[in-house]
Amino acid sequence: MEPAGAATAALEFTRVSCRFPDRTRRGQYYPAVHEASLRVGDGEFVALVGPTGCGKSTLLNVAAGLLVPTAGEIRAFGTPLTGINRDAGYLFQPDSLFPWRNALENVAAGLEFRGARRGHARQRAQEWLGRVGLEGHFAKYPHELSGGMRKRVALAQLWILQPRVLLMDEPFSALDVQTRQLMENELLSLWAENRASVLFVTHDLEEAIALADRVVVLAAGPESRPIAEFVVDLPRPRDVAEIGLQPRFIDLHRQVWQTLKSEVIAAHARARI
Amino acid sequence: MWPWHLLLLSAVMGAWYGLTRWDVLPPFFFGEPLVVAQRIAQWFASGKIFPHLGVTLLETLLAFAIGTVLGLAIGLWLALSPFASRLLNPYITAVNSMPRVILAPIFAVWFGLGIGSKVMLGVTLVFFIVFFSVYNGVREVSPVVLNNARMLGASRRQLLRHVYLPSATAWVFSSLHASVGMAFVGAVVGEYLGSSRGVGYLILQAEGVFDIDTVLAGIVVLTACALVLDRVVSIAERRLLRWRPGSSAEHY
Repeated sequence: MEPAGAATAALEFTRVSCRFPDRTRRGQYYPAVHEASLRVGDGEFVALVGPTGCGKSTLLNVAAGLLVPTAGEIRAFGTPLTGINRDAGYLFQPDSLFPWRNALENVAAGLEFRGARRGHARQRAQEWLGRVGLEGHFAKYPHELSGGMRKRVALAQLWILQPRVLLMDEPFSALDVQTRQLMENELLSLWAENRASVLFVTHDLEEAIALADRVVVLAAGPESRPIAEFVVDLPRPRDVAEIGLQPRFIDLHRQVWQTLKSEVIAAHARARI
Repeated sequence: MWPWHLLLLSAVMGAWYGLTRWDVLPPFFFGEPLVVAQRIAQWFASGKIFPHLGVTLLETLLAFAIGTVLGLAIGLWLALSPFASRLLNPYITAVNSMPRVILAPIFAVWFGLGIGSKVMLGVTLVFFIVFFSVYNGVREVSPVVLNNARMLGASRRQLLRHVYLPSATAWVFSSLHASVGMAFVGAVVGEYLGSSRGVGYLILQAEGVFDIDTVLAGIVVLTACALVLDRVVSIAERRLLRWRPGSSAEHY
């Protein structure tokens, strides 16, 4: 397993703060994230867990270069990030496919945007759709595919570019449990091949432990930041469907939950006010 | 459904025929369906209608095409550049709320009595319908799809070409059905106010001698053309928007 402090980090957040204009009070700001420092090593799989509304997605957007932090610095492979993070692929929580492109055209999109010839891009897209198990669905439009199939297309769309960093925002939370475990295993086997660095956001602790090398717990918002981290020393390759039965998994789950629980309670208490 | 459509049409026609035949309504003011049909048949048999219809259709199609392209282009531009949008917003609202048919005589002075003035009038009517639907539509582009395209490496120009434009096509089509009719209105009203050719001109001539049957015949011919054009738009819509939920449901 990758030691967390190795060489240059794929992502390095240094005292990153983000605030947003408050919609209800003019001139007021909501401090979503405050002085968050976090490091994702090269080839490391980091899961970010926390109660709802704790700024998990905010940190992902900062890493993607879609959001410029109000303060602090974000480095990708050692260089400060300006604009979109070109090394990163982003798997979004809601449907992000182009509704006007069929499955094949969706997967080919990234290569085409980056200047590949159309024929070449389509051919590669066919291979990738095959790898996520969607032969015979090339010509279907997103609305003709099931939720799980759409996620597979999105995964192929992302993976065809072979990103060095993967940013994932609760990508499987809308799927049913069985589909979800299939997709998680799919993700792990794809990841085992190219060992990209992963920042995986989820509110599901079991998913986090099953997938990640390291689980980072975020404090309840506002002014959220990482408050604890746990190294997951479960052996790979892992089978998501069965890993939950291992004593070490249960042990880790209890440890992380100890920390997470108080934050979840805090978040609930705040939501009630 | 179409047998019912035919039934309703026959009922209305029958009522019209009966009411005018037995002088409940004076045929002089209300026309007679058979005479109207006869007039239309004569027009097509003698070929007299073709140069007039040709001109009207040309004006309509030009107004439709130019208005749509302008509406799409300017709608996209203003939706994507907040400064221009804030600058022009009050003027666009003003011009849109202005009764634009009144511009017809001015256009006649500016662009002459040929097809230019009619096309311009049609364009002013079509433009705003398309413009507003594109302008409002761009704001509804899914931010997730947009961010996804950016993460996949789309440049600003590629975003326009591969995200905004395809989304806009959907909104354009929803407005095209309304603008087909408007393009005809522009052409016919323009002809009506001053021209030497076109179906609007025929109608004006007939009104001059209180020939209600010919007026109605002109209206029927125009309506038929508008329906055909609307059908063409629907077919194009179904082909181009195959990706939309619902539009291709019949294939599966």
